Amino acid sequence: MFESLQKKLLDVIRNVRGMGKITDKNVKDIVRQIKLSLLEADVNYKVVKAITDNILEKARGTNVLNSITPAQQFVKIVYDELVSMLGSKEAELRLIRRPSPIMLVGLQGSGKTTTAAKLALLLKEEGKRTMLVAADIYRPAAIEQLKILGEEIGVKVFSENNKDVMDICKEAMREAKDSLVDAVIFDTAGRLHIDEDMMRELENVKRLIEPDERLLVVDAMTGQDAVNVAMEFDKRLDISGIILSKLDGDARGGAALSMRYVTGKPVKFIGISEKIEGGLERFYPDRIASRILNMGDVVTLVEKAQRVMDKQTAAEFEKHLTHSKLTLQDFLDQLKEIKKMGGISSLVDLIPGDFKRGLKASSVDESQLKRIEAIINSMTPEERRNTRILNASRKKRIARGSGTTVADVNRLLSQYEQTMSMMKKFVKGGKRFKGIRLPF
Amino acid sequence: MKKILGKLSNALKRSREGIFSKIRDVLKRGKVSNEDIEEIEELLILSDVGVDMAEELTNELKERLRENKMASPLEVLKEIMKEKLRDGDMNGNITHSKPHVILIVGVNGVGKTTVAAKLAKKYMDEGKSVLLGAADTFRAAAIDQLKIWGERVGVEVIAHRPGADAGAVAYDTVKAAMARGIDVVIIDTAGRLHTKHNLVEELKKISRVIRKVKPSSPEEVLLVLDATTGQNAIKQARIFKESVGVNGLIVTKLDGTAKGGTIFGIKKELDIPVKFIGVGEGIDDLESFDADEFVDAMFEGNLHE
Ligand SMILES: Nc1nc2c(ncn2[C@@H]2O[C@H](COP(=O)(O)OP(=O)(O)OP(=O)(O)O)[C@@H](O)[C@H]2O)c(=O)[nH]1
Ligand SMILES: [Mg+2]
Repeated sequence: MFESLQKKLLDVIRNVRGMGKITDKNVKDIVRQIKLSLLEADVNYKVVKAITDNILEKARGTNVLNSITPAQQFVKIVYDELVSMLGSKEAELRLIRRPSPIMLVGLQGSGKTTTAAKLALLLKEEGKRTMLVAADIYRPAAIEQLKILGEEIGVKVFSENNKDVMDICKEAMREAKDSLVDAVIFDTAGRLHIDEDMMRELENVKRLIEPDERLLVVDAMTGQDAVNVAMEFDKRLDISGIILSKLDGDARGGAALSMRYVTGKPVKFIGISEKIEGGLERFYPDRIASRILNMGDVVTLVEKAQRVMDKQTAAEFEKHLTHSKLTLQDFLDQLKEIKKMGGISSLVDLIPGDFKRGLKASSVDESQLKRIEAIINSMTPEERRNTRILNASRKKRIARGSGTTVADVNRLLSQYEQTMSMMKKFVKGGKRFKGIRLPF
Repeated sequence: MKKILGKLSNALKRSREGIFSKIRDVLKRGKVSNEDIEEIEELLILSDVGVDMAEELTNELKERLRENKMASPLEVLKEIMKEKLRDGDMNGNITHSKPHVILIVGVNGVGKTTVAAKLAKKYMDEGKSVLLGAADTFRAAAIDQLKIWGERVGVEVIAHRPGADAGAVAYDTVKAAMARGIDVVIIDTAGRLHTKHNLVEELKKISRVIRKVKPSSPEEVLLVLDATTGQNAIKQARIFKESVGVNGLIVTKLDGTAKGGTIFGIKKELDIPVKFIGVGEGIDDLESFDADEFVDAMFEGNLHE
């Protein structure tokens, strides 16, 4: 689709050039192609209209059609617009109170129960004492489902049979306080946003537990109706964020954009597996933007075309570093991009002197890239985020999974750590670097 | 029929108040202008029919209105939509060679288990004997969920332990049904994304395995689609059809505000008809699908509003 969007735009633009001037009709054709591509991705029609208006304005402002690569430029404008609409940076959970109540809400079948368990595991792995509450008393075996998942991940599940939802929630909060829990996750029953009684129930629960986070879980496959659902849940509960589930399929996820647009609330996590472990990841706006445009990795393509990397990314990268949050996941992403862009050697030239020396010191060659990639691929998302949890048995598993040895894994880790400290110094030294996305 | 129409209209009430009542208003203005057509196209897209289908519908509308200047635009559009959804023979007629085996498939969370229970109830009410098979051995408490439904409906559920082989459950269910002369077997399967190759293979295997017991089975493979799902529904239908030969759709959650417009494209591209629709969480909230009724209900006038 990216190819075809770009190709269609090229065709349109070629016509424009042939005629020597831009007419309203040409612009209309371009906008139409963009619209089609967004609609195909399930972005809501009304949101599509708003986006294309903005894009048009920006395109006019930057004189896109006279550039050397107008189609790519246009796609880049669309892409940037989507990224900025999606929030341009990842959103954190805000857990303030102690215990901090988190409420998961959504339509039937959106994935709340599984997500609750995944979230509990993430928090647990961050060292938080976590408790799950089975507040879905309606769906047959919903309580049982949560109990089984809780047991699997070693998180306590609070449940009571034959009690009403308010009583369960009240007692769960008391229990959480008594046992000095840090976070309490409430798995509520799925319900339609137009079901008055059921929505009122949620309002009551919210009033009772005063949740720090009210997260709307939405299926990534959701179509045009996503806006209605998100607006209603937001109106009733003032949601604090969205979790997009089932993104491991091939849904383009346009609903994310629609919901963000109508509620202004950030997408905080994405569900990427049926499995609890490693099944939930942070949301990165740029990835979803590429996905919505169905263009694999637009950043790489566009940037390759431009032969420069955009400042914003570099600045963000710098910020990442100062907060020392460059994870192995980021590293892996970079590696993949490097590979696509023609390997590491072609990029070394872009790197400022100081840093190039560092690169040589850690001596990463092309063949090693493959091994590194295999190792990181065998890690769970949590391990990529936080290498400190890598104990002997985890390392063994990773080595086995990647067809390498524990020594290889250790070498990668120490390289990674070296680079981290080197880069921190680099950043602290106050030197600006442009266009650097290479951790090594 | 009347009763069903009432219930369906009720379920689709939100549709009437939203998109389709707007279409109706546009088409009642009298002469249909180009802007009107554009507005209708937009409204159709909002009901998830997809851009191509929206264009197809409005183009046909324009054409027929050109041919017949006296026709009521609203009635013409309704007729076009009905034609797109109509199907020769359907409505879950039960085969004579017992048991009639129905395999329920679909992605995660669309309503498969609930549909299995609702169908069991429907056939029980028709005086048939029914057996349920709990072949979702993967999702936590999925077996319990079906068992609870089975108890409520009064239908026996054949189940193994969690994590057991799904094919074996299906096999045992059909085998038991053969031995007991049961009329209808309904097998609930685990939700799976159509993109997961190994899981789709597992479904093929279930199908192969029950054929060993009864070569003509499964008589029906019903794909459950969530009305809330957008364009991805077409991809789901395509892959499930290619792999396990889906011969009917069940569209659930039509009691919400989503319109399930993807069924138009699925019928056109893949020729899979809708057989039932889910209009609520209750055991009786399942309706046989009838294209004319469905489209009428979508547009049902807001006489009492
Ligand atoms: N409003 C509404 N809810 C429905 C309908 N059909 C099913 N549900 C609800 O959707 C939720 C999921 O239904 P299930 O039957 O468990 O779905 P499933 O496809 O079996 O789910 P997995 O086995 O987990 O993939 C439950 O809360 C059902 O009550 C419907 O027609 N309308
Ligand atoms: Mg199920």
